[in-house]
Amino acid sequence: MKYVDEFRDGGAARVLVRAIERDLDAGRRYNFMEFCGGHTHAIARYGIRSMLPAAINFIHGPGCPVCVLPIGRIDSAIELAQRPGVTLCSYGDTMRVPASHGMSLIKAKARGADVRMVYSCADALGIARDHPERHVVFFAIGFETTTPPTAAVILAAAAEGLENFSVFCNHVLTPAAIQNLLDARQEREIAEVPLDGFIGPSHVSAIIGSRPYEFVAEKYAKPVVIAGFEPLDVLQAVWMLVRQLNEARCEVENQFSRAVTRDGNRKAQRMVAEVFELRETFEWRGLGELPSSALRIRPRFHDFDAEARHGLAYRAVADNKACECGAILRGVKQPRDCKVFGTACTPENPIGSCMVSSEGACAAHYTYGRFRDIAVRAAERAA
Amino acid sequence: MSPVRADYARPVDFKHGRVDMSHGAGGRAMAQLIEELFLRQFDNPLLRQRNDQALFSPPPGRLVIATDSHVVSPLFFPGGDIGCLSVHGTINDVAMAGAMPIVLSAGFILEEGFPLVELERIVKSMAHAARQAAVPIAAGDTKVVERGKGDGVFINTTGIGVVPDGIDIGGDRACPGDAIIVSGTLGDHGAAIMSLRKNIGFTAQIRSDTAALHTLVAAMIAAVPQIHCLRDPTRGGLGTTLNELAKQSGAGMLIEENALPVRPEVSAACELLGIDPLYMANEGKLVAICAAHRAASLVAAMRAHPLGTDAVRIGEVIADDHHFVQMNTGFGGRRVVDWLSGEQLPRIC
Repeated sequence: MKYVDEFRDGGAARVLVRAIERDLDAGRRYNFMEFCGGHTHAIARYGIRSMLPAAINFIHGPGCPVCVLPIGRIDSAIELAQRPGVTLCSYGDTMRVPASHGMSLIKAKARGADVRMVYSCADALGIARDHPERHVVFFAIGFETTTPPTAAVILAAAAEGLENFSVFCNHVLTPAAIQNLLDARQEREIAEVPLDGFIGPSHVSAIIGSRPYEFVAEKYAKPVVIAGFEPLDVLQAVWMLVRQLNEARCEVENQFSRAVTRDGNRKAQRMVAEVFELRETFEWRGLGELPSSALRIRPRFHDFDAEARHGLAYRAVADNKACECGAILRGVKQPRDCKVFGTACTPENPIGSCMVSSEGACAAHYTYGRFRDIAVRAAERAA
Repeated sequence: MSPVRADYARPVDFKHGRVDMSHGAGGRAMAQLIEELFLRQFDNPLLRQRNDQALFSPPPGRLVIATDSHVVSPLFFPGGDIGCLSVHGTINDVAMAGAMPIVLSAGFILEEGFPLVELERIVKSMAHAARQAAVPIAAGDTKVVERGKGDGVFINTTGIGVVPDGIDIGGDRACPGDAIIVSGTLGDHGAAIMSLRKNIGFTAQIRSDTAALHTLVAAMIAAVPQIHCLRDPTRGGLGTTLNELAKQSGAGMLIEENALPVRPEVSAACELLGIDPLYMANEGKLVAICAAHRAASLVAAMRAHPLGTDAVRIGEVIADDHHFVQMNTGFGGRRVVDWLSGEQLPRIC
């Protein structure tokens, strides 16, 4: 397939792997966090881990929107969906996330709630137009990439004067999460798992640009490479990070020059600013309450804000005690370190959110990489 | 004296009529629908017995039976419809034992209000598929459910077949070292159905591969009677089928991504929707596993058949206590090909 196969070319991959091998400093370990679940998925799906030397270590970050959504927010969505007259539209990934009392949106649907899976928030708007007798709520989740489309549907609904449509806003912000992660590591965990640099998500930067990451390099002295999601993009980003470290550079570099600029998409940014404002605080699964890390709908679009309109009160719910999603999302544990991984917690019956989305660290490792744990366990036993 | 003939009934209006509750009530309307549609289209000596069951003597050999219910949505899709799909699906399930199918039964659940013109089109398609396959539909049943309690039409078919002596094919027979072969391109049926679903407007026409595979199987058995496993990778696709066979046989599998035959348009559709062609349904393809030294003859026999022209060896069975299916990616890494998790796409067959 044109414009796709080129970025998955095995020959080019071998050349890049050789370049990385050649440039590695002997005896040094390179610990890179791929912030985004899209990268976690690409690394697992293409077997990139198995192609690179052991000195390169990937730490899976919290950039999977489904994974960081706390149980309380899913509970609210289920409560909304179960109200008479309400149709809740959700992206597919969110349907199976476990909530309180063993519920999920897909189980609520089986019990009669009107929950629809949509590919786009515009589909939710279409459902509202076609069914004036229903109140349609779009369950909006995601980082900066999915925020402009949500802004666009709210603006469209406002322009049309559509009365039966609102948005349950759960949009979160990437730079705030990275900052929190770095602060938390400085406080307590840095000695445990060193972190040498970040692979940044290109689709987020296509909107916000590369500039918002500059504090990571300047204040925290961690190099960042903004990278695309094709496997060659990931390999090239690894090579760029290795070279920055070897040369003692600490910069924000742009591997995804085919779409990312320093300033990003200003039109999309203006739309987002028009519709949304910062929340003072927002709970992230695994990371806790993070200040200024999420968006809510501005008061002037009050009619389209499902939280205000339906009087949703947020109630925090603790994660399952056995589940290590929190530590995995902070990058201090690997999926195989969790006792319930692959036993009580599987993609069919997820306990933690990292097992739900294909971008979650646990689901990606379970689906594509768990055969490698056998050798790891055997080595541990032998040691 | 009235000029009206006592034995005359006004024919069923297939052009404008719709299914109503009387078509399933056991009375005259039902008898007429059976007479003018099902018996007329499926016509064969077994049906002509006109009993509640069909009586036949099976040829020598071991009997196999398979059943399959079809709920595909939409009912009509590029390359086929629910009618021919319901014939092919069951014939293929029977054939995967190495059997020659001998009879089929068909059970219909019709929804009140379903246009008779569409029912007629479906039944004609079934009759055509059965005739092409030379397998008679020997028994049938019709029920009608109230509007809103079905989705147009659901069809269950059951097939009986005979396995020739000396053939021993089963999902538990894959051995380390065996070759894994597929009969052609992967994911065509799933992609064809997907392309018609709401909100997914592909301009490329992707056709379902729905086909009866029993003659291909017969040709394969003639060339290599010692085939170990056969299975048609329908729902769940190749990935799921290989996991089933690995688990049943207590072995692992290793396949090569670069060897997998996938049409560019199917690959593009999967890419757009974030779906892996390994999990896309097929309705006219099979996976065969045989001893490595017989693989070349088997592939040659398959390629000589019109339904196996793209047959290719894609990997091998390996010893693995954990029964993993692994794949060397085209990119150069290795990963697990897991069971399909959740639903890829509902109601594809």
